[in-house]
Amino acid sequence: MADTDVAHGAAPESTPGGHGRHPGPKEYIRIAIILAVITAAEVAIYYIEGAQEFLVPLLFLFSFIKFTLVVMWFMHLKFDNRLYARFFLMGLAGAITLFLIVLLLFQVF
Amino acid sequence: MASVSVPTDRRGGLLRRPSATSGFWSWFTTVDHKKIGILYGITAFAFFLIGGGEALLIRVQLARPDQDFLNAAVYNEMFTMHGITMVFLVVMPLSAAFFNYFLPLMIGARDVAFPRLNAFSYWAFLFGGLFVYSSWFLGGAPNGGWFGYAPNSVVDPTRGMTFYAIGLLITGIASTVSAFNLAVTVINMRAPGMTLFRMPVFVWMGLVVQLLLAFSLPVITIGLVELLFDRQFGTRFFDPASGGDPVLWQHLFWLFGHPEVYILILPAMGIVSEILPVFARKPLFGYQFVVFSGIAIGFIGFGVWAHHMFAVGLGPAANTAFAVSTMIIAIPTGVKIFNWLGTLWKGDIRFATPMLFSIGFIAMFIIGGLSGVTHAVVPSDYQQTDTYYIVAHFHYVLFGGAIFGLFAGTYYWWPKVFGRLLNERAGKVHFWLMLIGFNMTFGPMHVLGLQGMPRRIQSYPDSLGLTFWNTVASIGAFIIAVSILVFLVAAIASFRKPKEMEADPWDARTLEWATSSPPPEFNFEEIPVVHSIDDLWHQKYAETEGGRVVPVAAGGSGEAAAASHDGDAPGHGIHLPGPSYYPLVASLGLPLIGYGLIFGVGFAVVGVVVLLAGFFGWILEPSAE
Amino acid sequence: MASVGRAADAHLVDHPATSTGLPNTKLAIWLFLASDCLLFGALISTYVLYRGASIEGPFPADVFDIPYTSVSSFVLLASSLTMVLALAAIQRGDVGRLRVWLLATALLGLTFIGGQVYEFTTFVEEGLTLRTNVFGTSFYVLTGFHGTHVGVGILMLLTLLGLSFGGRITQERSESVELVGLYWHFVDIVWIVIFTVVYLIPTGNPPVAPGG
Repeated sequence: MADTDVAHGAAPESTPGGHGRHPGPKEYIRIAIILAVITAAEVAIYYIEGAQEFLVPLLFLFSFIKFTLVVMWFMHLKFDNRLYARFFLMGLAGAITLFLIVLLLFQVF
Repeated sequence: MASVSVPTDRRGGLLRRPSATSGFWSWFTTVDHKKIGILYGITAFAFFLIGGGEALLIRVQLARPDQDFLNAAVYNEMFTMHGITMVFLVVMPLSAAFFNYFLPLMIGARDVAFPRLNAFSYWAFLFGGLFVYSSWFLGGAPNGGWFGYAPNSVVDPTRGMTFYAIGLLITGIASTVSAFNLAVTVINMRAPGMTLFRMPVFVWMGLVVQLLLAFSLPVITIGLVELLFDRQFGTRFFDPASGGDPVLWQHLFWLFGHPEVYILILPAMGIVSEILPVFARKPLFGYQFVVFSGIAIGFIGFGVWAHHMFAVGLGPAANTAFAVSTMIIAIPTGVKIFNWLGTLWKGDIRFATPMLFSIGFIAMFIIGGLSGVTHAVVPSDYQQTDTYYIVAHFHYVLFGGAIFGLFAGTYYWWPKVFGRLLNERAGKVHFWLMLIGFNMTFGPMHVLGLQGMPRRIQSYPDSLGLTFWNTVASIGAFIIAVSILVFLVAAIASFRKPKEMEADPWDARTLEWATSSPPPEFNFEEIPVVHSIDDLWHQKYAETEGGRVVPVAAGGSGEAAAASHDGDAPGHGIHLPGPSYYPLVASLGLPLIGYGLIFGVGFAVVGVVVLLAGFFGWILEPSAE
Repeated sequence: MASVGRAADAHLVDHPATSTGLPNTKLAIWLFLASDCLLFGALISTYVLYRGASIEGPFPADVFDIPYTSVSSFVLLASSLTMVLALAAIQRGDVGRLRVWLLATALLGLTFIGGQVYEFTTFVEEGLTLRTNVFGTSFYVLTGFHGTHVGVGILMLLTLLGLSFGGRITQERSESVELVGLYWHFVDIVWIVIFTVVYLIPTGNPPVAPGG
């Protein structure tokens, strides 16, 4: 069943946010461009000599941003009922926590 | 009288969709949660008899020193299969049987969220269990313990551990999809007025268990895949010579394995939480505490897994952390026990069989819990681990706990499911024989463990002084067997009685007792509207100002029916989803793929084709809209 | 699925009265995705555990071609865009555009898989197989699981495409597109993590810049 959210159809340039709104194709394309730019940046800093010290934290930051953009906009969690986000967060947080502990126990860090 | 219609149109499928909802063949195509619950129950009980047989063989072997009744190789298979059977093929599916049958009824729904998926889960479970058991005939049963520690499980040259890995992957799929199904059912299909905190405790425990399954099974899935790949494809996951680490297996296994033990016990705790109030004629003491404790146990249960690994060498910091978390989890467990005792206190107690098993559950679980607390103390665990003291602990909680609780539920709900009561006297004989036999078998194991008897040994010399208690334990095991026989006879005899049971023979509190015994296919004529916890009880009884419970005048319950928000206009049909072949077909693909991994790609190809055919048939088949 | 106590007409835009007001299927999919996080968590942490543990090569720096793999990343990200455009299309009733974007998504997915197949073939030629060392083992199984997820996703996309030709997907009944979309995006975000953790985060051997 389709969500009976208001504002179906191609919503134009209006700002995101607001419960029940769908982003429109233009907004999705913008997100996709941002994702592409960040990916390009990831690859770029991989090669830049000066960035090596901050490489790992920067890479994590970039991938975190991309992850969030896809989940919030493409997967629509920003606009959907909070229950979906709660379930997903349960799994995501659980996975991260448990496996960080496992890796700690192996003294990987 | 509501009429039920079932769609039978042919559009969009290869086979005409079956329509029969009664008769022998309907059991193969059913999507009715009640029938599926019965299927789970019968299959699990059959595996219980087999697993019990395996236990008896073990106890015969260990009754006297230096025996060779079972040689070492067979002995390893025996205790491995006993463990796999009891955990995965008995307690889990017995719990599933009760969840399947009663969760929808208790929340006032007509079925689960995804009925065909429900059927698929059952068939996948059955085929997974049969797959594991086929190993006896196809090169040897699993022999590496139910916990399958690497590298032993990797390097063992017989086929058994491959059957182990694949078989548990199949049953894991069954449980995983069932978890999604039942969780969504509880969250989303409650009758009007049934808020989360008006749900019976059994339903709450059901929800927690499904979430535990959903989040723990993926981890062991990967563990089993890594084990399977190491065995079949020569990968290096657990190969120290290549830089691999067998301890990784232990983490992956116990990250699942510990939540698993709460998956095994919470359903029984839920059952007991339903039975005590009914047979003490008092509401459950501290309902909210019991619910929150269940949630806390589920949550903390993910944080204690390495207490199975205290002797591995993780170091004092890690061991301490897990020791503390393990001790913490005793708190919510204790809270539940006190609340059950509080329910019994000053209650008007009927010692019917369900009550006896429930009280037995509490007592045996306390003992098992206490030995568990001693394991949490790391230095004492160093002595206990890998001895019979541990065997005693987990049998007290899993047999004395889970099995006693499941039998309590069996006696309690038998009249609802089958329309006849189980004979009370037989029930009492069963209970007392089982209690005595059980304590005779596992009580002495505490002593044996502390005297140093290691686990998983095929025999022991007389000089170790272990003989006497081993003999006692073996006798106890046969007493348990007799008690099961009593149950079996009583069960079969009950079907000789005519099927005439009232809706509410126990004068109970929850919604499943508001409909006939057995319930009609559509569960409720009208979906109930719920006004409180134990809504059925409040429809029947009110409290006077003095606190006395008095029956409500007949017709008082008419309020609830008249206020029903059910959209049925009089005479409007109830649409139930029709039966289907495809869950059975799709699930058949899984063992075929499994055999393909062992015996040749041909089977796997056929398996994939069958699986896809099943899924596409399923998708294209019109479901009841 | 059973309608709770109400005879539902197949033609109606029917929202069965669920306790949360949310559809069962969407709730189930999010639960499934949550549990899939643990699946990939286990695989990724196996890989991370074994980073630097291989006793003999080839090692990651010997075989990885970052520019090549980053193209794969772009492809998969693009496929997420086409997927969400497909959903937007059917939500405004445009079945024609739905088909175009579904096909595009499937093709991009196939391109991704093709890229992986080529990449793996190259690695094998360079001496890295499933059983060469723990790097090969953990790398191939992790990316293999991800690739299988992509493959299943492509199957689902093509199935949706087929169903759309049968008139079974409409503006009122577009839920299946949304659900497949959620799965597809999830597969994309798993790749985001894999690309960073496996390919980009260095393992001690300094990276070789292209051409230098």
